[in-house]
Amino acid sequence: MNGQGGTMLDTNPDEGYTTADGRKIGGIAMEMRNITLRFGGVVAIKDISFDIRWGEIRAIIGPNGAGKSSMLNVISGFYHPQDGEVIYKGYKRPRMRPYQVAQQGIARTFQNIALFEGMSVLDNIMTGRLHHMKANIFHQAIWWGRAAREEAENREQVEKIIDFLEIQHIRKTPVSRLPYGLKKRVELARALAAEPSILLLDEPMAGMNVEEKEDMCRFILDVNDEFGTTTVLIEHDMGVVMDLSDRVVVMDYGKKIGDGTPDEVRNNQEVINAYLGVAHD
Amino acid sequence: MPDTLLFALEASLNGLTAGVMYALVALGFVLIFKASGIFNFAQGVLALFAALTLVGFQSGQIPFSHLINAMLGTRLHHFGWNMPTVLAIPATVLVMIGLAILVERFILKHLVNQEPIILFMATIGLAYFLEGFGDIMWGAEVKALDVGLPKGMSSAVDEATFAWFGYGFYIDRLEIWAAGIAAVLVAVLTVFSQYTKQGRALRAVADDHQAALSVGISLRFIWVLTWSIAGIVALVAGIMWGSKSGVQFSLSLIALKALPVLILGGFTSIPGAIVGGLIIGVGEKLFDFFMNPIIGGATENWFAYMLALIFLLFRPQGLFGERIIERV
Amino acid sequence: MLYREAGDYKTSYVADSQTFPIKFDRYGYYILLGFAFLVMPLIINDYWANSIVVPFLIYAIAALGLNILIGYCGQLSLGTGGFMAVGAYASYKMMTAFPDLNIIFVIIIAGMVTACVGVLFGLPSLRIKGFYLAVATLAAQFFLIWLFTRTAWFYNYSPTGMISAPTREIFGVPVTGPRASAVSMYMICLCFLVASAWLARNLTRGSLGRTWMAIRDMDIAAEIIGVNPLIAKLTAFAVSSFLVGISGALLFTVYLGAAEAGEAFGIDKSFLVLFMVIIGGLGSIFGAFAGAAFLIVGPVLLKLLLVNSLGWPTDLAAHLEIMIVGALIIVFLIVEPHGIAALWRTIKEKLRLWPFPY
Repeated sequence: MNGQGGTMLDTNPDEGYTTADGRKIGGIAMEMRNITLRFGGVVAIKDISFDIRWGEIRAIIGPNGAGKSSMLNVISGFYHPQDGEVIYKGYKRPRMRPYQVAQQGIARTFQNIALFEGMSVLDNIMTGRLHHMKANIFHQAIWWGRAAREEAENREQVEKIIDFLEIQHIRKTPVSRLPYGLKKRVELARALAAEPSILLLDEPMAGMNVEEKEDMCRFILDVNDEFGTTTVLIEHDMGVVMDLSDRVVVMDYGKKIGDGTPDEVRNNQEVINAYLGVAHD
Repeated sequence: MPDTLLFALEASLNGLTAGVMYALVALGFVLIFKASGIFNFAQGVLALFAALTLVGFQSGQIPFSHLINAMLGTRLHHFGWNMPTVLAIPATVLVMIGLAILVERFILKHLVNQEPIILFMATIGLAYFLEGFGDIMWGAEVKALDVGLPKGMSSAVDEATFAWFGYGFYIDRLEIWAAGIAAVLVAVLTVFSQYTKQGRALRAVADDHQAALSVGISLRFIWVLTWSIAGIVALVAGIMWGSKSGVQFSLSLIALKALPVLILGGFTSIPGAIVGGLIIGVGEKLFDFFMNPIIGGATENWFAYMLALIFLLFRPQGLFGERIIERV
Repeated sequence: MLYREAGDYKTSYVADSQTFPIKFDRYGYYILLGFAFLVMPLIINDYWANSIVVPFLIYAIAALGLNILIGYCGQLSLGTGGFMAVGAYASYKMMTAFPDLNIIFVIIIAGMVTACVGVLFGLPSLRIKGFYLAVATLAAQFFLIWLFTRTAWFYNYSPTGMISAPTREIFGVPVTGPRASAVSMYMICLCFLVASAWLARNLTRGSLGRTWMAIRDMDIAAEIIGVNPLIAKLTAFAVSSFLVGISGALLFTVYLGAAEAGEAFGIDKSFLVLFMVIIGGLGSIFGAFAGAAFLIVGPVLLKLLLVNSLGWPTDLAAHLEIMIVGALIIVFLIVEPHGIAALWRTIKEKLRLWPFPY
């Protein structure tokens, strides 16, 4: 796997670090360099740089309208920044369509659940495995050889994820009939089914009650533990962010105002100002 | 001036007047789309229905006479009197308002919050229903419609152009009248939507249903209002078109012509509907004029669509529509 | 009590994802197939074949095709009549240019030609959606019909502008042209329908079908999770047009025998097939069958009732029919947007639990 046609850049990632709980964090997986994103005259992201390392849980926090979701959309290729570059796996990523980004191993969930309402839970999760299924249209039309075999193999992988996230009982339920909390879990399952290198979670716990939040935290940690999945998450619940993440980027009004371990960020004066509300000049 | 250019000029002038008709139908579409987000496929049939009703009232036809005859074996057809136009038009307006109330009560109310495409298909159903209903109510034969508008060649235009170019243009007086009436209609609608309380409510609903509801605007009333206005606009279009070529089924097909007009002008813009209508009207006449010797006639059938299609590829939001930023 | 899934355990994922997971359904399906292939040919007569069965089989194929596009991929098309015309004219040109080519291949190739045309007119779907796309497909409808009525090459310069199907045989039995019998017409349409349904079912159950449905349900999210919208939409247009083309080819060669583009494939055909899909059920293979049956049998029954029994004039009955169809569309969209198929599914779910619903 490489960056599909990008030029090799002279990166010199140092070999990671070890977290407080003893996990080894690897080199740089993705680096955002001087990203600027504008919508007409509105600057959503202003000259932001940060990196994401293999195996870590990286959080992006900030007040409403700080540009967090826009940042995630840049990573997943939905928005194209006017300035700056995205370095993925050591290569500069050329401008590409969102589905190409997904094929490179970046999966995500959405702030407002974006499941396919007309399909069952199982089918929704199976869509996550699209680029693991390569049977052509003619094989599929006669349902012979590769198509049928592939379907069964991928179903097996999906069943593992279904077991992992404890949603066996709703496997065949239409998604539209599920309650909110379960929908969020199915969305996570769909993203995991892609076996992503980097998993993007846009407010995975928004609108959940305490119990559901605890479940979701557990799943995020387990995923990271079990599959070593690099995770980038946006979250409003400070407690959750500080507990879960290894490093945190803080954004405000489209600018980066802090970057570091939860402890460093917590003591950063600018961050405190942003959150407690100091008049902007 | 060379002859070809003169003929082309005449063709485009005729196209301009045809474009006014398209614009009138498109106007009805835009009104409903703005207020309810519904793409009303039935607008053309609405015009047909309005014209049928007007003729029916004028000539004193007994509604549903064919049906009653078939069921009871009677031989009803006319009441035996004629209603003067000044009475028949208000009566038809009342029927259109009644129709708007029925549409709201039996269709729209039940389809709140459905996807636009479902609503669109429902209006296709409505178009079929109204087509059958109109035929059963008033009979399907071609009827002449005369509300006293002048017809025939405009000698003023003929003489004026003859004096200028040495060649008299043929333009129907009816079409000049149609353009004038359309202009008045647009002016009235603009005044209504800008300066009256109902007009303001209408614009509020067009902007945001939820927000409009929360400040106490009755969505159902607004829907009845817009469908009534659309019905009246349809009546005007029906009168124009019906006076020109008789009231018959093909009248409902002008709705199909209005679709590309909307694509060109944008679904939410009244000036867009007018400019789009004129562009299509002139464009198809000119295209036919120049291409007829090369690829054969009757290109009017598809020219508007192809123009709209090409246009869509480059500017999907239309001439005057707003660009949509997609979000997730 | 017969309709049970309890005790019918699945031990593999293959068994779990089969078309008829419940035994009772499976046997019902086999019996139906047996009836259609073995019993119907013995009892069918000209009246039944011409007024109900053959049109049903042909329109069911068109409805299957359109359902893939609208019901599965969410792309509204009003150009079905035009695409059927492509199938018809393609088959006509093939039959007259290659008289020795087997009619089965003629129809399949006609389907492929239509698939290519469908992809061409499906290209705008990459930039536009919803009713904008509907307008674009109307462009296809009007342009294609204009092309076929104005360009003499397509109807081999025949003075009437009509195309008529010469006699073609399979195993020595004529299936097209005036000498074709009811049984042979029935059998060729049945074979094509069963093959089409099987194809549609296979395509909609696998990964391609899921990409279609993902595009239908939320196109932006679908692209972000890795669906290539270009491939998803264009394959839907191709498969849909392929089936619609086959249906158009069958309609012309087997059923009508002679046709003129504007008459036989006008915009009313587009709406007829669209209504079949809506009434039958968007996004359901069974729905295509149910919708076609409903809109073929319904008018025949209505006409029998009003014209033959009550003696009403034909035009009045026709107007009433249009009105009823329109009203039904609205009623179905309000009450059950997924059509007869969803009603059927509800009944089956109730039956599965019967007689102990709790």
